[in-house]
Amino acid sequence: MRSAIHLASAALALAALSFSAVPTAVAADTPDPVADAKAFQKFFTEKFPKLKLEDFVNGPYSMNEDLHRQWEEKEQFPPYEFSVDMGKEMFSKPFKNGKSYADCFPNQGIGIRQNYPYFDNKEGKVITLELALNRCREANGEPAFSYVKDEMAALTAYMAFTSRGKPFDIKIPDDPRALEAYQNGKRYFYTRRGQLNFSCATCHVQSPGERIRAEVLAPALGILNAMPIYRSEWSGMGTISRRFTTCNSQIRGVPLNPQDDEYRDLEYYLSYVSNGLPISGPGARP
Amino acid sequence: MRTSLLSLTSVLLIAGAPSVLAAGSEADFKAAYAAAEAANKEAGTLRNQWTVTAAALAAAKKAADKGDFDQAIASSKEAEALAKTSIFQATSEKEAWKALEIR
Repeated sequence: MRSAIHLASAALALAALSFSAVPTAVAADTPDPVADAKAFQKFFTEKFPKLKLEDFVNGPYSMNEDLHRQWEEKEQFPPYEFSVDMGKEMFSKPFKNGKSYADCFPNQGIGIRQNYPYFDNKEGKVITLELALNRCREANGEPAFSYVKDEMAALTAYMAFTSRGKPFDIKIPDDPRALEAYQNGKRYFYTRRGQLNFSCATCHVQSPGERIRAEVLAPALGILNAMPIYRSEWSGMGTISRRFTTCNSQIRGVPLNPQDDEYRDLEYYLSYVSNGLPISGPGARP
Repeated sequence: MRTSLLSLTSVLLIAGAPSVLAAGSEADFKAAYAAAEAANKEAGTLRNQWTVTAAALAAAKKAADKGDFDQAIASSKEAEALAKTSIFQATSEKEAWKALEIR
């Protein structure tokens, strides 16, 4: 009986493919990131005509008046403040070899969040800020941190804090591998997965502003600008890696490993289409 | 007439009963579990395993450890069905994702 219910629900969900609400025509296969970003931003600004472009970085708080009021009050004593302080302290403390995070980053790591992730031509892959931080640690003889919370969240919180207001400036170099990474990220974003047969777009394109259980869904536009975030649901801070892996679990898909290529490419795509929107992280979410 | 039909039905039911009511064996479980694991492995190569498949596989193993092979076989078959659906999903999404794209 239980398996029959599972199968029926899966079949029903798969059948829902035919009734997808968003665009009907099939997209061209040749990636055009500039056109994509333009269409992406146009879609959201037309869907929410009262919002200014920069308001999208506030996620659900820009979608719902009550939540917006709660957020304003929360910002008086932001729950991520401890994390920023911890990150600042960690950032300034030298490694055992005397070097520090500042030695691994342009401008000593200050005010650079908006340039991550970037495509590394030498490696032929996307490099996220979280990955760069752990590589910095390992290059200096320190063990890597967990990608999902605590120390990694603190470091990225501090780096985002020093970059607040700077517009996302993600570049796609003239390299077919970069375009491929971008396209892979886009494919991941729109691909349905898990037993619930949801894609990232199911929640964050088709249904922003709507409720899923008690939560108001955030728009995909600007969704990474506020990262890392303090989530009441988590009772703590979480990184982009944490957001991606928990999204996958929630739709009953087995998450990939943090910083697997798919997630790095997804971050590349999502950040690129939010180019021009200001960094607002760290953020707080319900 | 009615009596003979009833008798015939009873005989057929009794005759058929062993095959319907036969308890699953450990060998049946192992075969069902291996098929489920293979399907789930294939879903893994497609980077699309489901958490419910893993849960059904774990339930199958737990039941088998207790010697409840009927339940272990049922859970294995459930896991296989879920894994096969996840494979179908991953395969169909290779092109279907484009229909959702903002353009």
